[in-house]
Amino acid sequence: MSDFTAQTLTETRTGDPEAGFGDYVALLKPRVMSLVVFTALVGLLVAPGGTSPMIGFTAILFIALGAGASGALNMWYDADIDAVMKRTAKRPVPAGKVPAGEALTLGLWLSALSVVMLGLATNWVAAALLAFTIFFYAVVYSMWLKRATPWNIVIGGAAGAFPPVIGWAAVTGDVSLASILMFGLIFMWTPPHFWALALFMKSDYHKAKVPMLTVTHGRAETRRQILIYTVLLVPVALGLAFTSVAGPVYLAAAIVLNAIFLKGAWDIWRRDEAMAEVDGYAVEKKVFKFSLLYLFLHFGALLADAIWRVI
Amino acid sequence: MAETTRPLTETHEIHKRRFGRNVGTALCLLGFCAVVFGLTIAKVREGGLLEANDHVPRASVLPVTEDSQ
Repeated sequence: MSDFTAQTLTETRTGDPEAGFGDYVALLKPRVMSLVVFTALVGLLVAPGGTSPMIGFTAILFIALGAGASGALNMWYDADIDAVMKRTAKRPVPAGKVPAGEALTLGLWLSALSVVMLGLATNWVAAALLAFTIFFYAVVYSMWLKRATPWNIVIGGAAGAFPPVIGWAAVTGDVSLASILMFGLIFMWTPPHFWALALFMKSDYHKAKVPMLTVTHGRAETRRQILIYTVLLVPVALGLAFTSVAGPVYLAAAIVLNAIFLKGAWDIWRRDEAMAEVDGYAVEKKVFKFSLLYLFLHFGALLADAIWRVI
Repeated sequence: MAETTRPLTETHEIHKRRFGRNVGTALCLLGFCAVVFGLTIAKVREGGLLEANDHVPRASVLPVTEDSQ
């Protein structure tokens, strides 16, 4: 038995590799989580009444964990799609690092934990909204819309739009016009943001049989839809300026940011594929990068107005 | 082909990964305990609605009388 070594021990486990801690963290989609944390934090901080720092911290922590749980459930269900596409093939489940069953178990347990803890820490309205968000992302978007319709991004974007509403509800225990408009801002921003990316990323969605707008309706129609959704986004973004949570900083930021974003969407619509190929999709890339800044600065401006009011 | 073998006492990469996972899990559990503890302290300090049983009639359930006003 002297030749029984650690190496042979590993070989017996071929096909059932042991995941590292980082692989489980990757299941929670930490990059998506950062947007959730920021928007939920702003929703929580601008809400009237306020809460203690510890309760606020706990609320954000479990909202983020709930988002992570829905990410794990998404990775469990979409493992077949992820394995086909180059961008997602290295995710823990398709890469064979974490068994699909473990991703499902982790997702379900973290969902339950985050909802219960948010309910105990704050209130059950916020907890119910978090539970609905997880359900919406994991079931409505991942299991149904993503494979069924090219409008998956539009409707599925609601899942990413809920965090500020949950942050707000964690403090106030209700949903108000201001929190609905914060929801609307992210909801209407998601399609132009994602479709701008889809125009230059040329992902292999068709290989995975995922109906993306660029494939089902063509790239010219995608350009038109970017402009339509950006036009619809502007009144939502400006409307938020006239609620109690916003102030002069937000109004000024919203006017400038929406003018630039609208100009970008207009430029995308005016171009065709031949023009885009020539400059390597420079305009599409610029608009996509700006869209990230657009959302960050809108919520940053809300935060600035909240701080302004306190000072 | 000569088989390369290593002694059982040598730490294999899989052991390092397993150790990392155990440390990560332990830190998560410790963090969770700290959050629950901190939350408890915050809730008790907030405690406007707390009314523990201390063997005296609870003021909030007593009928309003002239004396109590």
